[in-house]
Amino acid sequence: MQRDFVLRIIAKLLIPYILLFALYVQFHGDFGPGGGFQAGVIFAAGIILYALVNGFEQAVRLVSPRILPPIAAFGVLLYGGVGVVSMLRGGAFLDYNLLAHDPVHGQHYGILLIELGVGITVASIMLTIFYAFMERNR
Amino acid sequence: MSLGTAIAQNLPALQVVLPLLAAPVCLLLGRGRAAWAWATLVAWLGLLISLALLLQVSDGSVLRYAFGGWAAPWGIEYVVDRLAAMVLLIVSLIGALVLSYARHSVDAEIDADRQPLFYTLLLLCLAGLLGIVITGDAFNLFVLLEVSSLSTYALISLGRNRRALTAAYQYLVMGTIGATFYIIGVGLLYMVTGTLNMADLAQRLPELAHLRTVKTAFAFISVGLALKLAMFPLHLWLPNAYTYAPSVVSAFLAATATKVALYAMIRMFYTVFGAPFSFGTMHVEWLILPLAAAAIFIASVVAVFQHDIKRMLAYSSVAQIGYMLLGLGMVNLTGLTASLLHLFNHALMKGALFLALGAVVYRIGSTNIERMGGIAREMPWTMAAFVVGGLSLIGVPLTVGFVSKWYLLLGAMENGWWPLVILILATSLIAVVYVWRVVEAAYFRARPAGSAPVSEAPLTLLVPIWLLALANVYLGIHTRPLIGLAGSAAADLLGVGP
Repeated sequence: MQRDFVLRIIAKLLIPYILLFALYVQFHGDFGPGGGFQAGVIFAAGIILYALVNGFEQAVRLVSPRILPPIAAFGVLLYGGVGVVSMLRGGAFLDYNLLAHDPVHGQHYGILLIELGVGITVASIMLTIFYAFMERNR
Repeated sequence: MSLGTAIAQNLPALQVVLPLLAAPVCLLLGRGRAAWAWATLVAWLGLLISLALLLQVSDGSVLRYAFGGWAAPWGIEYVVDRLAAMVLLIVSLIGALVLSYARHSVDAEIDADRQPLFYTLLLLCLAGLLGIVITGDAFNLFVLLEVSSLSTYALISLGRNRRALTAAYQYLVMGTIGATFYIIGVGLLYMVTGTLNMADLAQRLPELAHLRTVKTAFAFISVGLALKLAMFPLHLWLPNAYTYAPSVVSAFLAATATKVALYAMIRMFYTVFGAPFSFGTMHVEWLILPLAAAAIFIASVVAVFQHDIKRMLAYSSVAQIGYMLLGLGMVNLTGLTASLLHLFNHALMKGALFLALGAVVYRIGSTNIERMGGIAREMPWTMAAFVVGGLSLIGVPLTVGFVSKWYLLLGAMENGWWPLVILILATSLIAVVYVWRVVEAAYFRARPAGSAPVSEAPLTLLVPIWLLALANVYLGIHTRPLIGLAGSAAADLLGVGP
């Protein structure tokens, strides 16, 4: 592992861009192709690449498997929370029109927030699955 | 906008959203009592919501709720009519009672660090099942079917016996095939109609009924749902799944999961495709009737020869599903009423029986009939509840089991199907045999040599068991409300007025 200079350096160069691209896919999802699921997968792929190159111990130091389930739960709650807020504002569940002073902004915030929830949950679940397999093979 | 009106306006959404969003909270609450207490609270709130919904639609009105403010048929729509309200009530009732019961049983059967996950999964499963019942969108039904199925596979695999893993895997394969068949059918319908909303589909399908695509869709959907509801001979996943799942999960699934799949089938046959197509053109009753009759007879006989009482009840479930399908296959008002009644009543009796077995597992760690010898002397209340549930299963008068079998007999006689009348009566006698085997072992045999003395199950287990057992008797004596509800729901489906 220590001798694979090319692999390590290329990975080191690529990982920040993979994570950045994930965020681009995430937040550009309401205007172009993309969205929470794809972004979550790409983000998790960046960290999985880090784990493959640097090994399980290093990856655990970066992202501990113990914090992943609460993060996944938070993503779902963020999604649902948008729906709850719209209900409290007198609309139906997930009626984004009521999230802001005018419907256009409301729709914008709404889709942004629920896609963020999707992205967070997908990324943490992907990592959980990856860790589950990695732990078995140690 | 006050909280009260917000809740009142969004009751149909809350029925599903509440357990769905409460599930991840369970995960955040972590180990200890908090996750259980929270899940139980949510389940009881769900029961209140379904009661409120039932009251709103009991006059025959239909409640429609458009998600996200997108009107149907473009958006996802939730629809509550009397049939949906009735099934919502039984599912959330079983959910509330099973979760109240769960604390001690889960403590004994599931590792402490997995318990938050367990309650998360149970709430997700509850949310999925309630969603299948309430949704008015054929694709949304598939999504919620997957929500409930995936959590079910994980729940079954948490059983203590290692064979739970194979049982869960077997169910995963069969269940996924079922769900895939369903979605292929829905895809074909979408191809010809361009809509997924059930009411919209129902409007467009009659003029397209001659198309082979529609007939293929009907076949795929029927077989897919038949797999999920364990119609004989597609029931092979069921006995192992119920036997090796944790006690709480067995009780919950036996009382709800197959019933909800049956509900989905009734919805598809009557609401989406319509009775003239399903029974007039496709003659699905000629597929259902022989299979239902075979299920009732074969599964009942197989149940008699089981040594594990949980497995015995699982085979009995396959037979009871046969009764429900028999009612469906009669294609008359009485038969359909019987089917819906049995759907509700079977949940009550199997719930009571599986919960009583859970209490036995809690004390002696087994449901083997040999190990259960003489147990009634040490656990009199648990076994008495088992006997009440067993009597209801047989169909003894003054229990709910009698009511649904009576209507089933009336339906068969209405069609002049005397062999079926004989079959129903004969298989009830087989039920006597397999229930008696347990009674004989528990009451009249000595405790097996070398077994440690045990005490009665704790009150937290006994109260939910007895609530269900008493519901079997109470609703068996005060039969009017339930028969009225099932009868009017069946009349709605057949379109013959209230």
